[in-house]
Amino acid sequence: MEIKDVEKLAELARIELSNVEKKELLSDMEGILEYVKQIERVEVEDTKIQYDLYNVWREDKIEFQQFSHEKIVEQFPDSKDGFVKVKKIM
Amino acid sequence: MIDLKNLTIEKAHESLLKEEFSCRELAEEYLKVIKEKNSNLNAYLEIYNDVLSQADIAQDKFKNKTATMLTGIPFAIKDNILIEGQISSAGSKILENYKATYDSTVIKELKKEGAVFLGRTNMDEFAMGSSTQTSAYGVTRNSIDPSRVPGGSSGGSAAAVAADMALVSLGTETCGSVREPSAFCGLVGLKPTYGAVSREGIIAMGNSLDQVSPFGKNVRDTEIIFNALSKYDKDDSTSVPDNLRIKKIISNNSKKIGIPWHLFEEGVDPLIMENFKQSMEKFKNAGYEIVDIKLPYSKYSLAVYYIIMPAEVSTNLSRFDGIRYGFSSQGDNLLDVYKKSRGKGFGKEARRRILLGTYVLSHGYYDAYYNKAIKVREKIKGEILEAFKNVDLIITPTVPVLPFKLGEKMDDPVAMYLCDLFSAPANLAGVPSIALPSGKTKDGLPFSIQFMASHFNEEALFEIGKKFEEIK
Repeated sequence: MEIKDVEKLAELARIELSNVEKKELLSDMEGILEYVKQIERVEVEDTKIQYDLYNVWREDKIEFQQFSHEKIVEQFPDSKDGFVKVKKIM
Repeated sequence: MIDLKNLTIEKAHESLLKEEFSCRELAEEYLKVIKEKNSNLNAYLEIYNDVLSQADIAQDKFKNKTATMLTGIPFAIKDNILIEGQISSAGSKILENYKATYDSTVIKELKKEGAVFLGRTNMDEFAMGSSTQTSAYGVTRNSIDPSRVPGGSSGGSAAAVAADMALVSLGTETCGSVREPSAFCGLVGLKPTYGAVSREGIIAMGNSLDQVSPFGKNVRDTEIIFNALSKYDKDDSTSVPDNLRIKKIISNNSKKIGIPWHLFEEGVDPLIMENFKQSMEKFKNAGYEIVDIKLPYSKYSLAVYYIIMPAEVSTNLSRFDGIRYGFSSQGDNLLDVYKKSRGKGFGKEARRRILLGTYVLSHGYYDAYYNKAIKVREKIKGEILEAFKNVDLIITPTVPVLPFKLGEKMDDPVAMYLCDLFSAPANLAGVPSIALPSGKTKDGLPFSIQFMASHFNEEALFEIGKKFEEIK
């Protein structure tokens, strides 16, 4: 892994990093990856993931909720006329 | 003067029924201790200003005979569990001003019973840590020795109970975040079966691992809280419906304990090993059969965890973008706002795990890391369930190390992660696990052992825990 890989990941994750932090993160990541790499050695043959999981659906109908439009708008860092306000996209 | 040190939920309930003290007097007693100790320990980030009025509402339940076991019981609540109208910051700057717009399901349940919430407790940022040192709001100190950490991530909730600043508390676990601080603070901590307690309204870290988990000074207190909170919640799609809450494995011998000795041949403090062996002797003398078991895949639990969890973290924390709620930093355009808000709002450990998760999920590495990790997780789950066909309980030390000094392990992420070496198997397999105090070093630092049981067999953990309270 190199600094440019850290930069790429930070770009993907939408996080601004200083140059010092990039270096620190590079060294941390290398240490952690070194540790987790031990799973390479594990033989799992053709393990099937036994997802005994299934999707949980609900009807799309309006139900009473504790939160309200007003309470949610209050949490927006910036809003206008009950809408969230964002900076220009480009 | 109420004897808080020896107070339990049942004792408090009895005293409230007999009017030996009122809900208000009980709450005031805890507020007094908080006032005296919190500035030093930093267990609480905020004490709610409506504590006494909550206590009065609870008192009404005693008046009109609708009080239940948890009515008037003072709780400390971890900062990632939503209470409507209160700030829930998850120990992070990025949520410093976030006011919850609804109650989490566990809070709704406790409110119904008339429990009293004293305040919100400090935690590692977004529950990422084993020592409560990554919080954006300062470290929490261990009341047993304030130069040491209380464990984490639910360190504030643990320190609050240990220092008699709350009778009981709620934390959350993703990988040992309640059992490890229980061990460091000399408490009982229960990690319930995945899907037993609702996650609705909990600020998520790793969705396939997280569970709300209680702290208490004894086993019975955690049992009472678990029984109150363990129920199906239609608002949490991972909550297990009643008809599926069955103990899948029931072995014939209720006194058989398995020890995976090979998992802790190295890396465990010799004092902890010695205490562990002594605890084993006590079970043997009490008539339990102890057998050696092998869990070869579980050796890789922590490595698997440090792939799956960051993957889930990087996805989960994408919602904190400086736009919808919380901290926002000015920028020239939308992308700039995202990057600056997330760069300044997240602390070091959160940034580290987001990047790590982004890496293990990225094209070219996905198969080697994430895909492999979920396969090994299946193997771990499989071998643990297989073991429960032969034994009822699996025992290990709770943590391989004793409570360490503040500042330690902060420069070495892997050393910090290793605190949860023995925690990972239960979270990965979704089985319940309990941490039990098992004595003290000559300097008074607490030892702890932990048991795991099969899915929805918390009862077996309470039973052995109570037995250990008698024989230890």
